[in-house]
Amino acid sequence: METINYQNFRIDAENICVDYNGKVALYDANLRLKPGQICGLVGMNGAGKTTFFNALTGFVNISKGKIRINGESVRSAQKDQTIAYVPQNEGIDSQFPISVWDVVMMGRYGSMNIFRCPRESDVQAVKDAIERVDLTDHLSTPIGNLSGGQRKRTFLARAIAQRASILLLDEPFSGVDIRTEKLISELFIQFKNEGKTILLSTHDMIHVREFCDLVLLINKTVVAYGETSEVFTPENITTTFGGISPDFLFGPES
Amino acid sequence: MELCSFLTLDSFITDPLTHDFMRKALLMSSLVASVCGFLSSYLTLKGWALMGDAVSHSVMPGVVVAYALGLPFSLGAFIFGVGSVALIGFIKQKSRVKEDTVIGLVFTGFFALGIVLVSKIKSNIDLHSILFGSPLGISLSDVKQTIFISVLVVILLSIFRKDLMLYCFDPRHAKTVGINVFFLHYLLLTCLSLAAVVGLQSVGIILVVAMLITPGATAYLLTDKFDNMTVISILSAIISSLIGIYVSFWFDLETGGSIVLAQTFIFLFAFLFAPRYGIFKLKKLFAAYK
Repeated sequence: METINYQNFRIDAENICVDYNGKVALYDANLRLKPGQICGLVGMNGAGKTTFFNALTGFVNISKGKIRINGESVRSAQKDQTIAYVPQNEGIDSQFPISVWDVVMMGRYGSMNIFRCPRESDVQAVKDAIERVDLTDHLSTPIGNLSGGQRKRTFLARAIAQRASILLLDEPFSGVDIRTEKLISELFIQFKNEGKTILLSTHDMIHVREFCDLVLLINKTVVAYGETSEVFTPENITTTFGGISPDFLFGPES
Repeated sequence: MELCSFLTLDSFITDPLTHDFMRKALLMSSLVASVCGFLSSYLTLKGWALMGDAVSHSVMPGVVVAYALGLPFSLGAFIFGVGSVALIGFIKQKSRVKEDTVIGLVFTGFFALGIVLVSKIKSNIDLHSILFGSPLGISLSDVKQTIFISVLVVILLSIFRKDLMLYCFDPRHAKTVGINVFFLHYLLLTCLSLAAVVGLQSVGIILVVAMLITPGATAYLLTDKFDNMTVISILSAIISSLIGIYVSFWFDLETGGSIVLAQTFIFLFAFLFAPRYGIFKLKKLFAAYK
């Protein structure tokens, strides 16, 4: 039996469990992702998608199991800015008095000194990131005045500015315009070529087929995991969504 | 006060300044207002208005016990302020009662304990000045404490200004990039307790929550930039304190109440006439005229 070199995996989650005050949100979940892989995280609301993200970023503690990020602990991944989290639009206060520039600059905070004074390199990283998501015209726009797509791109820029090697995206395609969707999908290809690893949650089955090499179907635990072509079957999807048939899920709207 | 004496604006402002207690009250209240105004932008954005109310009421028994034992009242207030938050967190976690209910029942419990203690401990505690503030009768030792606490809070908030903003805006991101969210949470709570302690001297325990939320709410209506919000919040807090003290001096009104009323009027003004977020959306009206 060959020994596993954990360095090879960007994300290696082994039998992880998360519970909130005794209520189990996720149990015995496994996930292994290599550099350059894009994995879709699919499940119902309350199936543990956000909990999974929270466990990987260290926002919640796991009660059992082990997580290694690039072969190291979650804590050292935090210190090294390894993981970037891109929240869903509903997850942020869009009325917060803050500009696009300031949000993207937050991607650099982890590597700044205690006063968070931007250095030349930070300013450059923020500029470049904003340019890549095509928001250069909106540098000082308050996020409250942006469209849903522009806001999503702002948070993507923050992840880019952070120079993270792992991106966790919560519903990256929900509530965005066609232009943003196209831009995001182009960025995904670039990220893949840069060796970044992406884990994204989505409700949209078409996006899974289009972008994801791998898919992780969860319902409190892993229902199925593997290559999208093999695992993303109507049977598995039905199981994941608690018996609702894929016909319904793939209805005219999606 | 003779009516003619404040017919000129000049004497309206300068006459009170001839009194030592007025100069002290104006200076102290401005200092307190800066601290509370600074913190206020964080509390309003974090949605901690109720928490501010809870902490400020909960310091009551601390103040009474400290007075009775001859300790600095800020120490007692601080212990009970932070203690109330810990207790709220504990009860919330260990029971099925909803958070706002827990907050309500904990702080009223603490407050009631304070009132009972005052009636039992027959000392020279002036219940009225604790409940309603007494910026005009502030003692020298209180002045020293207030300056010390205010400077401390302003330094803490200045150092962690950006981290606290990030914590209020997106704690998940803060955690993801290795920023100590636990520390920031308790830093904000500590500053809240300390600000409540200094604030209660100006306007009293019952109204101190106004010092902690109204300036921030006013500023929130006037700007889309966080730094501007902080500045506006501090300025509106200072201006209301000055207005409140002057008005209470000339018309012989309760000082704490006057300060908070001034804040409320400034808020209402912003609510109606804020360029972008006011009821009348002046910006649009002006644009239409052009």
